[in-house]
Amino acid sequence: MNLKKYKIDFKNKKRLIPQVLTISFIIFVIAYFSYNAQINMGNRGISFGYGFLSQEASFDITFSMIDYDGSYSYGRAFLVGLLNTLLVSIIGIILCTVLGVTIGIGRLSQNYLIAKAAEWYVEIFRNIPLLLQIFFWYYGALRLLPLPENAINFNDISYLTIKGWYVPKFIWTNFSIFLLSVVVSIFAIFYVFNYAKKQREEIGKHVPAGFISLGIIIIIPMITFLVGGVSLNFQYPELNQLSDTVYNFKGGVSIIPELISLALALSMYTATFVAENVRAGIEGVGKGQKEAAASIGLTRGQILKLVVMPQALRIIIPPTTNQYLNLTKNSSLAAAIAYPDIVLVFAGTALMQTGRAIEIISITMGTYLFLSLTISVLMNSYNKKMAIKEK
Amino acid sequence: MIQIYKPNRANLNTSLSIGLPIIALAFIDFFGNTFLNTNLTRFLPNSLSYFFPLIAGAVGLYFIRIEYSGIRILDNFNKNVNSTTFNAVLTLLIIFIFFKYTPPLLNWLIFDADFVGSTKEDCTSDGACWVFVKVWFKRFMYGMYPNPEQWRINTAFFILFALIGAAFFVPPKFKKYIILFMLFIYPIIGIKLISGGIFGLKWIETGAWGGLSLTLIVSAFALILCFPIGMFLALGRRSELPVIKYSSIGFIEIWRGVPLITVLFMSAVMFPMFLPDGTYMDKLMRVIIAITLFEAAYMAEVIRGGLQALPRGQYDAAKSLGMGYWRLHLLVILPQALKLVIPGIANTFLALVKDTPLIFVVGLLELAGMIGLAKTNPKWLGMAIEGYVFAGLVFWVICYAMSRYSQRLEKRLSTER
Repeated sequence: MNLKKYKIDFKNKKRLIPQVLTISFIIFVIAYFSYNAQINMGNRGISFGYGFLSQEASFDITFSMIDYDGSYSYGRAFLVGLLNTLLVSIIGIILCTVLGVTIGIGRLSQNYLIAKAAEWYVEIFRNIPLLLQIFFWYYGALRLLPLPENAINFNDISYLTIKGWYVPKFIWTNFSIFLLSVVVSIFAIFYVFNYAKKQREEIGKHVPAGFISLGIIIIIPMITFLVGGVSLNFQYPELNQLSDTVYNFKGGVSIIPELISLALALSMYTATFVAENVRAGIEGVGKGQKEAAASIGLTRGQILKLVVMPQALRIIIPPTTNQYLNLTKNSSLAAAIAYPDIVLVFAGTALMQTGRAIEIISITMGTYLFLSLTISVLMNSYNKKMAIKEK
Repeated sequence: MIQIYKPNRANLNTSLSIGLPIIALAFIDFFGNTFLNTNLTRFLPNSLSYFFPLIAGAVGLYFIRIEYSGIRILDNFNKNVNSTTFNAVLTLLIIFIFFKYTPPLLNWLIFDADFVGSTKEDCTSDGACWVFVKVWFKRFMYGMYPNPEQWRINTAFFILFALIGAAFFVPPKFKKYIILFMLFIYPIIGIKLISGGIFGLKWIETGAWGGLSLTLIVSAFALILCFPIGMFLALGRRSELPVIKYSSIGFIEIWRGVPLITVLFMSAVMFPMFLPDGTYMDKLMRVIIAITLFEAAYMAEVIRGGLQALPRGQYDAAKSLGMGYWRLHLLVILPQALKLVIPGIANTFLALVKDTPLIFVVGLLELAGMIGLAKTNPKWLGMAIEGYVFAGLVFWVICYAMSRYSQRLEKRLSTER
């Protein structure tokens, strides 16, 4: 950074006065607000501080990925909420990528019907507020599912009911060994891809990296099952009669309808934006590029893989990351259907119980801000790396 | 090796006479299955019978895939929907899915639906119960606004639409004044008309406002207010003065980094703590301020895009005429930059309209919120789907029309350059 440019020049009044005014305005606003906040909190007999995080929360959360009950602290409740937010965001990101890429490519299809269908998908789902879509799935569509006793049965493995989707629970022995093997195979795949790239660039030899890595990711974890003492059992959900007319499922993992409807709505809504990015990216690659590639004898698949995609990705990735961020932020709409995400658990229930508005809202906003800023910093460095180096 | 039969121009007639009947068979089987409840291919094994229309259709389409057949319709057909086997299968799938699911959907929406009546018991058929929407329509539009006073909302919106209409048709000389009137004077008139308290109009507190009209009020005010703030922030972000530059960046990035719902929570529970003890700020006002600040950050980024797109020569030329910072920006830079980003502004407004349902978190009930309220009414339980389909349709029409308009604008502006 050129520090000299930013040195405050005390002689130049034209530069100095607006800045001094801005600073004093900001300081004044902050001082005024905190003065009022102090008086208000004094009147209500609460003092500012984050100590409450270690107090007992004494409220339950309907859905948690880690051990939690009312005896845990507010800090733990925050963590549960954060993990739930991340869970629905990750599911949503995966689904919206798959859906968005499919539809984006569909929009460019030569098949008139496909292109039209994809276009209408985008036009319909992009122009309906996300909250309404969440409500539609949650209060509308998912309420039409059957009661547990008439569950929609998928080969006796999983069951779809109005109370949620019951799937088998994975019971691992020696899970850490398995995880280690997966990590090792991922590193091996990185190595294979690097090696393949080197071979291609240096001696022009083609190494089928895709097949080799597919083999690695299947074979290495398999070996741990055979010799590493890893085993996987499934605990299947079973129908259980509670009383004459009330049934429920026991065992397995229950994916609650709140999570299903939120993930569905988020991914279907965001997919429209991803699809538009994908379309713009592929269209953004110059026609000449494709023609040049064809003229040196590359096949259609090679053109797409070696010429179009690397350039299209450069256009697609930055706005798509932005959409992923939006999806994560939009997952806060969970509060509307009582999915226990960070907003509902922390800015809702915990705030109601403790009344510590300033602390809790600042933590919640700070968390989102931290997520957003981290991802944007990473993205900026990625963009710099990927940018076409012009001479 | 068996020579695979390849349809081409030489065996045109044979191919067509093989292909077309097979396609016809596929469709007859499909329609038989869907509409007549008869499975013509029940002699086949179960799964084969299920996929028969698809398989037969794909085979039939293979036979009529003839390049340069000389028949115009056939060539167009092949080019557009039948270029490869994969495409042919997709085409069939789309057609089948369309015909399978459209009739029940239309039946539910229109043909089997109930339109007459005034209670839930009047909905006797299987279809949608639009009676629900009919009975609650006024609530969906005006919220809890008292019935005899609703003409005031209607008048306010009527004047607004009349002004917009006038702005389109009057000569350009007056257009400027109408727009200025609409931006600066009309909002005050409109809000006074709706809230009342003067000229003998009954005072109606903002808690009673709601429905679609509230959606539009919130969006319109937030848009008008966020525009100047966004402009200052955009200029601030490009300023050479470090303090102004970095405080603008900080402001923009903070608002853009958090979800709107937390901002609304803040306005509801945290903001009152920051006000002097005993002062009370209207809930709607707090919401509009929160949305305004939030959208201003997005608006700033849109306007910054326009500022960056202007060639440097514009700045240099204006400076060489001796213009100062404000004159340069107000007279030369902003008019051009804003024109560039009109589509971006329209998109921001679109996002704003789609975000307004979130104001439910502070207890204000616009359209989606009113439906949430109506569906929990004991007399109208089980009407959620109808309500949300209706709301979705209303929002869709508004947003689709706006996005179409902004696309048209974009096209027009891009050709002008």
